[in-house]
Amino acid sequence: MEKSVLTTAASIKGPMHASLRHDSAHKHVTGSAEYIDDMPEPAGLLHGALGLSDRAHAEILSIDLTDVLATPGVVWVITGKDVPGVNDVSSGGWHDEPLLAETKVEFHGQPIFAVIAETRDTARRAAKKAKIAYRDLPHWSDIDGALENNAPYVIEPMVLHRGTPETEIDKAERRLQGTFVVGGQEHFYLESHIALAIPGEDDDVTIWSSTQHPSEVQHIVGHVMGIPSNAITVNIRRMGGGFGGKETQGNQFAALATIAAKKLNRAVKFRPDRDEDMVATGKRHDFRVDYDLGFDAEGRIHAVNATFAARCGYSADLSGPVTDRALFHADSSYFYPHVHLASKPLKTHTVSNTAFRGFGGPQGLVAGERFIEEIAYAVGKDPLEIRKLNFYGQPGSGRTVTPYHQEVEDNIIARIVSELEESADYQERRAAIIAFNAKSPVIRKGIALTPVKFGISFTMTAFNQAGALVHIYNDGSIHLNHGGTEMGQGLYTKVAQVVADAFQVDIDRVKITATTTGKVPNTSATAASSGSDLNGMAAWDACRQIRERLVKFAADAWKVAESDVIFLPNRVKIGGEEIAFNDFIKKAYFARIQLSAAGFYKTPKIHWDRKAGRGRPFYYFAYGAACSEVSIDTLTGEYQVERTDILHDVGRSLNPDIDKGQIEGAFVQGMGWLTTEELWWDAKGRLRTHAPSTYKIPLASDRPRLFNVDLAKWSENAEPTIGRSKAVGEPPFMLGISVLEALSMAVASVADYRVCPRLDTPATPERVLMAVERLKGL
Amino acid sequence: MTGSISFILNGEEMEVRDFGPTETLLDWLRLSRRLTGSKEGCAEGDCGACTVLVGRLVEDRLVYEGVNACIRFLGSLNATHIVTVEYLAAARGALHPVQSAMVDCHGSQCGFCTPGFIMSLTALWLTNPKPTRDDIERALQGNLCRCTGYEAIIKAAEKASETRADASDPLYGGAEKIASRLRDLALTETATIEKDGERSILPASIADLATILACEPKATIVAGSTDTGLWVTKQMRKLDPVVFIGHLSELQSLAVTPQGIHIGAGVTYTQAFDTLSREIPAFGRLIARIGGQQVRNMGTIGGNIANGSPIGDTPPALIALGAELTLSGVNGPRRLPLESYFIEYGKQDRKPGEFVESVFVPRPKAGAHYAVYKISKRRDEDISAACGGFYLELENNTVKTIRIAFGGMAGTPKRASAVEAALTGKPWTEETVKAAQAAFDTDYQPLTDWRATADYRRLAVKNLLMRFYLETTGNPQELKRYPEAAE
Repeated sequence: MEKSVLTTAASIKGPMHASLRHDSAHKHVTGSAEYIDDMPEPAGLLHGALGLSDRAHAEILSIDLTDVLATPGVVWVITGKDVPGVNDVSSGGWHDEPLLAETKVEFHGQPIFAVIAETRDTARRAAKKAKIAYRDLPHWSDIDGALENNAPYVIEPMVLHRGTPETEIDKAERRLQGTFVVGGQEHFYLESHIALAIPGEDDDVTIWSSTQHPSEVQHIVGHVMGIPSNAITVNIRRMGGGFGGKETQGNQFAALATIAAKKLNRAVKFRPDRDEDMVATGKRHDFRVDYDLGFDAEGRIHAVNATFAARCGYSADLSGPVTDRALFHADSSYFYPHVHLASKPLKTHTVSNTAFRGFGGPQGLVAGERFIEEIAYAVGKDPLEIRKLNFYGQPGSGRTVTPYHQEVEDNIIARIVSELEESADYQERRAAIIAFNAKSPVIRKGIALTPVKFGISFTMTAFNQAGALVHIYNDGSIHLNHGGTEMGQGLYTKVAQVVADAFQVDIDRVKITATTTGKVPNTSATAASSGSDLNGMAAWDACRQIRERLVKFAADAWKVAESDVIFLPNRVKIGGEEIAFNDFIKKAYFARIQLSAAGFYKTPKIHWDRKAGRGRPFYYFAYGAACSEVSIDTLTGEYQVERTDILHDVGRSLNPDIDKGQIEGAFVQGMGWLTTEELWWDAKGRLRTHAPSTYKIPLASDRPRLFNVDLAKWSENAEPTIGRSKAVGEPPFMLGISVLEALSMAVASVADYRVCPRLDTPATPERVLMAVERLKGL
Repeated sequence: MTGSISFILNGEEMEVRDFGPTETLLDWLRLSRRLTGSKEGCAEGDCGACTVLVGRLVEDRLVYEGVNACIRFLGSLNATHIVTVEYLAAARGALHPVQSAMVDCHGSQCGFCTPGFIMSLTALWLTNPKPTRDDIERALQGNLCRCTGYEAIIKAAEKASETRADASDPLYGGAEKIASRLRDLALTETATIEKDGERSILPASIADLATILACEPKATIVAGSTDTGLWVTKQMRKLDPVVFIGHLSELQSLAVTPQGIHIGAGVTYTQAFDTLSREIPAFGRLIARIGGQQVRNMGTIGGNIANGSPIGDTPPALIALGAELTLSGVNGPRRLPLESYFIEYGKQDRKPGEFVESVFVPRPKAGAHYAVYKISKRRDEDISAACGGFYLELENNTVKTIRIAFGGMAGTPKRASAVEAALTGKPWTEETVKAAQAAFDTDYQPLTDWRATADYRRLAVKNLLMRFYLETTGNPQELKRYPEAAE
């Protein structure tokens, strides 16, 4: 950089709290943003394809790969025996997830071998030519099948217990029992999994992996290869969507690519076809919730007893923390005086289910909302009234303790809900809808206003740490690196804003660089909505260190007090003198000031004892509410979302436009989960909805006809997070529940709102029509 | 006989001869040309991440349409202008208005679907100066985004329309020059391109087509490749030879007469949309729900019939209208009622060497009622759980003629003859309809699959008869489910 002209701008470009565009927006729209499959391919690149099981549960008697190997262009076939280290990719170290099945398969679509060939097309075609002999074993694909067969748990279940629900539930004036089934969900990131491994000298390998968790890819590859982590570098600049589906599921592709790359000493790429990606990688857990509710005649909850049985698939993967988080959110926003919640993480002969935005929380929360609906119909009141009646109270109210014994200290749900009720005209519209339904025989409408309270932090306390690396080069340009990954959520932009703000320089000066295990080690997954909370703070810490050195240098060199060194936009004021940032940095360099720092952050206050079911798993809560109106056709069950209004809490937003995008996207994804997105396995245990032709995520025409989204601008995080902001990735996903409950009301109108319809999810047109039919019969 | 095809890729005219019959446009762009802006999201024409524009002459007018490069075979692109996302800004030296609007409105998050959205919105921008929200949604039915929830993209489309196409736009301003080049590139004789012993054959006329089919019993006829594309990308089938017919203007006639509408087998859904919406609005509304815009730009009504799928959407709608099919071959044309073309699952009345030439749709009689209902999990770009056409002529409120046909209810598109019998000659009343509903169980024994259970299918078709009755007698506003495309 040339010696700069001193400008005296009043503010920088891109500070914290500014609505900046996504850093890659320009590249996205011109097609120049590089995803892994777009990178120039190394000379001699080979391609891999998976050979998948076509049995749900069977012993493998023999594997004949003659025809595969005889295919022109095929270079090698990897089987379980070829794994140099341990044939296991289980993220929790459970040894229950072979990279390649050797003696038995436990789901339809489980990888048994991998073909390495000169082209991807050759590898895919050859993979179909294996002859595998099996001996079938009994299998079950779903929760009911697992319960009937006394299926084992994939991991120790959890219980949350407070008060004496055993006796108190009998004392309640009213009581009801029910069952609710909530469906799973395919991530449908637009970019399928991909890994590219480039071999180096000694044990070295460089891996480009579409992963939310580069450190885990590094760890698993080390485990599978039998080599230390220091030989493995994992990089990721951007993913084409993740949503939790790339937290652990990318491990297998990176591991296979590395095995082949090291054996053949050629670069190897694995990019499964969409259908294979959907068959061979995990999804959101579906749950069956059995509940017993005690309440008074007003609808005030007295005691709750509920069991959450989950389809976990054949291995543990993340099912422990996922089913735990379902229990953590089964209270939604409501105080349960006496409560007993138990998880059943059931083994099934299906792909191992995994993380997905909300991580079990949405399944728990939607069950909590179903409890409210049941109670509201039982006492003949508007569900919103029952919601308000049961909200957690303010500190001192005696209604602040969660089932896991954490106090809700930052509760703003009542204010969020009442503001939305007002701005969305809830009461008037509900009255109008009831009047409309009374004289509309075929089309019926419904409206619902539902709250969200979501706990922020990894429940595994150790994961709540992060690192960052900041360099200032002597031309004044800044290099930023941190452990978080970019999957579209705008994390890189937000953290760059933090750095720009810290040094008071325009954000253009901050170069955002690809996440790599070589710069920041031992990172946590970019997950649990924690990306900007953790990495923003780590980057801030790195900037703080450099700033402190710079301030000390300036004070010494200019002989002024440290308090007289002030970072102004793109310049530094030292005593009476102002100097351009570039020139100041150059001087610091010549004075041999260290212009690089590694930052670190760990979330304070949190702790959790899973066995005891007690602690403070969450640093704080994020809140929100949505009001949706729908209309349904009672002849076919087809429906339309007419309008949605959202008021959501992101604390003091780091970037309001990016946060709004997260809220809109999460709402639509949550709505899809509860409406048209249906996973369907046949009697053989085959997933038959394995492509967008059969698995239906929302389209533009499915979004609400009228869609009003607002941030709760007055909100500030009660805890000292980065800029007092709050996490935004997952909480708004659950705003989609308003659509389900609005559909439920439209269905209930058929029986004059006398009964709460059982409406399992996804509430496809079929489920809506069948619910209408059941109510017509009453 | 030539052994190559020619087209314009972005700014460059080229002749290509080294490709196989099932090589996709997307693989060619990404692997051979290293144009990696177009992405593979699904390789089956559903997600739209691979969308590129293809400019071609339709009735001698240059039109640019979004297509799914992932299931489009390279061999089908002679005399076209292929435009990829890289070209839009490169040709202008600045962002295209659609691109600027997407940046300004935060229309991208992960960015992987974005190039496809840019191309679909550019196609809309070129043809529709003031799109409504419904227009935009329809233009985006073939583009999936998992991040944004679409609101920002819709706003970007509206904002882009504030800047209009002018001479500075390479596609708009350069249209005449491009059209003239494409005219020169049109085939004058049959082209056969061979690679590794596999052949792509491009007849220059339907006479050539008949001759080729007569001596190529193994040939696969490919028009829009919206179905055959998946045979290749998903089932990895070898197709050899492939006979491409999408370029044959003789198969693209669309004629409206007092008797009805004559639709050439090569007419795409998009080409037929305006005419059908005007002449038979209910049919037009169905067309707007078939596939996404890209699939409608490629797929043909002839192909939808020819491949004999039990879940094709147009056959039940056409059978209810009493449509007739014309097949042709070296022995000349042959006409038959459309419904008799479908013999059983996987078997159609098409003899070796024959091809579907056209379909004739009789105009509904004055005063007749006609409706088509498509039931699917998602309203747009979904495959039907059941799709039914209802055609009714009344005389003194008595059922004179009724034709009901459904797809998704049997191994072929099939008439509900028992229901028709239960209604014919009866007064058109709720009682008659209720009494006839049970006869659907005689007509159809549907399956349970991932799209719907048999119970739902049975119940829904009965209820659809009731809906049809109510629509013919009641207030349509009270029955309206959602805004319809052709309104």
